Amino acid sequence: MSSLSKLRVRLRVNGEEHEMLVPVEKTLLEVLREDMGLTGTKHGCELGECGACAVLVDGKPVLSCLALPVELEGHEIMTVEGLAAAGRMHPLQEAFADLGAAQCGYCTPGFLLAAKSLLEQSSDPTRDEIKDALAGNLCRCTGYIKIYEAVELAARRMRSGSETAPEQAVLYGR
Amino acid sequence: MMRLPAFTYAAPRSIDEAARILAGEGPQAMLVAGGTDLYPNMKRRQQSPRVLIGLRGIRELSGITGIPTTGLSIGACTTLTDLSTHRLVVESYPALSRAVRTISTPILRNMGTIGGNICLDTRCNYYDQSYEWRRAINFCMKCDGDTCWVAPSSRTCLAVNSSDSVPLLCAIGATVRLAGTHGHREIAMRDFYNKDGIRYINKQPDEIVTHIALPPVNGWSATYHKLARRGSFDFPVLGVAVAMWRDPDGTVLDARIYLNAVASAPVEAAEARQALIGHKPTPDLIAHASHLASINAKPMDNTDLDYAWRKKMVRVYVRRALNGLS
Repeated sequence: MSSLSKLRVRLRVNGEEHEMLVPVEKTLLEVLREDMGLTGTKHGCELGECGACAVLVDGKPVLSCLALPVELEGHEIMTVEGLAAAGRMHPLQEAFADLGAAQCGYCTPGFLLAAKSLLEQSSDPTRDEIKDALAGNLCRCTGYIKIYEAVELAARRMRSGSETAPEQAVLYGR
Repeated sequence: MMRLPAFTYAAPRSIDEAARILAGEGPQAMLVAGGTDLYPNMKRRQQSPRVLIGLRGIRELSGITGIPTTGLSIGACTTLTDLSTHRLVVESYPALSRAVRTISTPILRNMGTIGGNICLDTRCNYYDQSYEWRRAINFCMKCDGDTCWVAPSSRTCLAVNSSDSVPLLCAIGATVRLAGTHGHREIAMRDFYNKDGIRYINKQPDEIVTHIALPPVNGWSATYHKLARRGSFDFPVLGVAVAMWRDPDGTVLDARIYLNAVASAPVEAAEARQALIGHKPTPDLIAHASHLASINAKPMDNTDLDYAWRKKMVRVYVRRALNGLS
């Protein structure tokens, strides 16, 4: 369908300014993936029912499939590509990898960003707080236990500032 | 990939400017705040406005003012997260905070607004489907067709009011403030809804919901119980809100019970209210009132879960709600 209007929008994504001309009806998800090449953000249901497309806007998770770039000018957008810093993965990414908290991996970017937002508000969240914070992200293969454990491990590592090894029980079962 | 249909986007800076644009554009325009209800509907071509008027740049529509002893005023564009975590709401209207926390998911609540939730489009298994799905059944009365597939003899659309905040706001006596090019008005939340899945809110085409006003707490307590298949994501297939005002000796001075997701509008259980007023809520009285309330609910076979079972659950959920307040 032809666009009624294209707009010049300025988006700040992962700390970089981008200025582009996009049809106003293009969602943030479409612009990230198709115009900016940031394909780490996944499209799942595209209707707000899965959380695969979650990105952070000013530190809070929102669904990029239901967000318009024109409404996000002046805000700080972070995608999964922005998590790693100075050549190092974010502790959440390391913990997800260490504990096998990803199976097919499609839901992982959304989980990582929702978890990052949680850990910024609470450095030592309870299991219930983690469940609540991740209640908007669906995983259809590995289940949620490993994801919760990875968030807990990342939180522990971030609090201590060191690379705490995962507990044996978490890695191999009790 | 499901893409939005094309539209032009207006970003007014004031309520007056938004009302002028809305009146000027007529029925081809729609208002949008969080977009969590409208954009999925647009992707499925249930709604295809040519003009979208974005409200989130209007500062006077966001935020919460007032104090609980005289009542709070909630801007329509206040996000559900900001509303449910606001200190005064958590402390003085805890049932509202809890009801709003049951809406969808934390990510959706960061985007969706309270104004959007009270204007939530009615829902139905024959309507909330892709364009191709709806075309395959020759569409329905609510959009592009003539027949109500839930009850083909029905002259009105039976799509369901599926808001979690609405029954609670009705029960505590909240009001809706609207602004249009002809001025402002205020209407009780319970009078804002119609038993018609198409014309489900009493809002003129040029009007904008600007605020939701909460009355002073004044000794009332309230609760909300939601039935849904999953603990997150899902719309209610039954919502029960109860607000109660009791004498220190326990006697019920007044009670308001609202059921949602059982009709196109929230349903007041008036007979149950009358049964409670003037009495102490004993287990027998609660059982009786719950039975009376369940008579008011006539769920149809157009949401998730079996409708006969949902009807049975009305009595159970009203009883739980009344027990929680007694």
